[in-house]
Amino acid sequence: MSELRPIDRIAGTAIPLRGNNIDTDRIIPARYLKAITFEGLGAHAFEDDRASMPNHPFANPAYAGASILVVNENFGSGSSREHAPQALKRWGIHACVGQSFSEIFLGNATTIGLPCATAAPEDVETLIATVEQSPATPMVLSVDAQSIEAAGRTVPLGMPAAVRDSLLTGQWDATGLLLADFDEVRRVADSLPYVDGF
Amino acid sequence: MGQTLLQKVWDRHTVRRLPTGQAQLFIGLHLIHEVTTPQAFDMLRQRGIGVAFPERTYATVDHIVPTLDQTRPFADELAEQMMAALERNCREFGIRFSDLNTDRQGIVHVIGPELGLTQPGLTIACGDSHTSTHGAFGAVAFGIGTSQVRDVLASQCLAIDPLKVRRISVSGALGPGVYAKDVILEIIARLGVRGGVGFAYEYGGAAVERMTMDERMTMCNMSIEGGARIGYVNPDETTFAYLEGRPFAPAGEAFERAKDWWRSMASDPDAAYDDVVELDGAAIEPRVTWGINPGQSVGVSERIPDPASAAADGDAVSEALDFMGFTAGSPISGTRVDVAFVGSCTNSRLSDLREAARVVQGHRVAPHVRALVVPGSKNVRRAAEAEGLHEIFREAGFEWRGAGCSMCLAMNPDRLDGREVCASSSNRNFKGRQGSPTGRTLLMSPAMVAAAAVGGEVTDVRTLL
Ligand code: SF4
Repeated sequence: MSELRPIDRIAGTAIPLRGNNIDTDRIIPARYLKAITFEGLGAHAFEDDRASMPNHPFANPAYAGASILVVNENFGSGSSREHAPQALKRWGIHACVGQSFSEIFLGNATTIGLPCATAAPEDVETLIATVEQSPATPMVLSVDAQSIEAAGRTVPLGMPAAVRDSLLTGQWDATGLLLADFDEVRRVADSLPYVDGF
Repeated sequence: MGQTLLQKVWDRHTVRRLPTGQAQLFIGLHLIHEVTTPQAFDMLRQRGIGVAFPERTYATVDHIVPTLDQTRPFADELAEQMMAALERNCREFGIRFSDLNTDRQGIVHVIGPELGLTQPGLTIACGDSHTSTHGAFGAVAFGIGTSQVRDVLASQCLAIDPLKVRRISVSGALGPGVYAKDVILEIIARLGVRGGVGFAYEYGGAAVERMTMDERMTMCNMSIEGGARIGYVNPDETTFAYLEGRPFAPAGEAFERAKDWWRSMASDPDAAYDDVVELDGAAIEPRVTWGINPGQSVGVSERIPDPASAAADGDAVSEALDFMGFTAGSPISGTRVDVAFVGSCTNSRLSDLREAARVVQGHRVAPHVRALVVPGSKNVRRAAEAEGLHEIFREAGFEWRGAGCSMCLAMNPDRLDGREVCASSSNRNFKGRQGSPTGRTLLMSPAMVAAAAVGGEVTDVRTLL
C-alpha cells in the first residue's frame, strides 16, 4: 500500500503564465495522450503554445528550472486528463499559484501531490510582475502557513481545507483511505436496490 | 423542506465522512476506456491490489478507434498498444468489454445509456469529463482523472467534496430548428465557462421536460463546459420509456420496482436550491461559437463581438479573434467553413443524425467542404442504416464512418489540417482541439453543421427546413 508522504514547503524560482481559462488541451495536446504510461510527458507540456508563441514562458530559458507556476483564472479547464498535471509535474513544477483552478484539474493535481493554491488577483499580479522582472527571485511556498514568500513579501494563499489536510498528512493519494473501511463499503453496496437488480 | 436528487443520491451512497472532510461515495457504475486507464491498472499492479467490483465496471474503446480501417493491428502503433493494454487489463481483472468485435462498441457516453447500464439514482464515474452526460437519466455522474480511476477500481469509491445545486429552468417551447445544443450553448454563454464551478446543474422546466433522452444527454454532456462537473435531469416517464427493454435494464416485475425507486430519487417539489436561473426557451435561436472556449457563442443572426464593447474580459475576446482570424462586428452567418463534422458524445445519436439528414436531403455538400458523419456507436450506425440515413448522407457528399470519438479530439487519423475552419457538432472549440494546432472549430447543432456543409458557410438552418 502507499506510504504517507506529507507535502508542505516548496522552495524555488517561479514561472509566470498570463491568461484566463488555459485549458488542458493547451497544457498537453491530445496526441500525447496516446501512450500507456505518463513517462516522457514533461517534455511536451505546452508544446503547441511554445511552437506558436516564441515568447511563451515555457520556451524562455530565463525560467528554466522553475518549480512554482503562477497563473490567472480557471487554469486547467476542459478535459479530465490527469496527463495535464502529470506533464507539469514531470516538467519540474512542484506547486501552482493562481486566481482559480478548474475543479477536476485541482482534484487531479492534489491526488498526484501537486499543490494548487489560490491568491487574490492583485497578489497574483504582483507575483507575476516580480518574476517577470527578476526571474531568479527565490520563493518559498508553505502549505501549512498558506502563504508564499517572495522578494521580502508574504502573500496569503487559499486552499480548500480538505486539500490542505490531505497534503500535510500525506494522504493525498486516497486509495488507502478508501480501502480502510471496506466492510462499510460492502454494507452500502448491499443497501442499494440496483446492486442486485431490484 | 424537500431534498434534491443530488442530496438523495449522495446520502444513499455515502460510506463515511473522511478525515479530510470529503465524503467517501460508493460508485454504482464505473465506465472505462483506453485513454485514461492503462496507468491506473499499472498502479494497481504495483501495489498488488485487485479490482473490488469488476461486475460494476464496464469497458469500451472509443478515442483512438480508426473510423475507416479497423483491421488489427491498427496502422497507428501507439493506438494498437493502447487497445492491447485495455484488452489485457479487462481479461486479467475480469471486466466486461465492448470491443470492436462486439456489436456494442461506441463512445463510452453513448453506449452506457444505450445498453441500459446508465440508470436513475446511480453514482457513475468515468475517466472522462463528459461523464456528466449520464446525468440525463437522473444519475450523479463524475468525470475523474487517472488516479481516481485507480481509486474506483481498487475500492469502488471516490473521495469527493460536496456540491451545491443550481436549478436551471427552461420555460416555453423551442422554436423549429432550435435544439438542446443551442440551449446549452446559450446557458454557457450566459453563466460563463466557470459559472458552474462548485455546482451541480439541475435542468428542468417545460422545455427540458419535453426533451427526448437524446436531447437531455446533449444538455448534460456540456455541463462541464460551463464549469459544472455534474448536470442532471430528474427521471420521469420519458426516462423510463427509454430504459425499458435495454439489455442491462431490469425487466418484468423488477422493472416496476425499479421505476418506483427511480421516481423516489427525483428532486422533491419543495426542494431547496443554492441558486435558480430561468430562461425562456422560445427566445433561443440556433447558436454558433466564434471563439476559443464554449462560452464564446452568438445567435446565428448576431454579430461577432467587439473587444471594446465586450461587457467583460475584452482581452479574452481579442485573443480569440486573433486566433480565429475573425473581424469584430461582422455577422457570424456567412463565415466560410472547410470541414463539417457530425459526431462526438454531444451529438452523434440517432436523433442527431436524423435531424442532420433531414437538412441535407436533396442537397449537395458545397464543393470546397470535406464532410463526415461519425455515429456515436455501432448501434447508432446500424439503426441509421436501417432507416437509410447513410444513403442520404452519401448522396449529399458526406463520408459515412465507423463509430468513435474521431475528430472531436483527433486522437485517431481524422483531423483538421492547418488553419481549416470546422463546423462541428462536438463540445470543445479549444485551440488545437481537432488535431491541428492552428485549426479552428465552430460549435453548433448537428442540423446547423448540415446547413453549413451544404451552404459552405455558417447558415441559419431555419432557412432550409
Ligand atoms: S467524443 Fe469527444 S468529448 Fe466525447 S468522449 Fe470522445 S473525445 Fe471526449
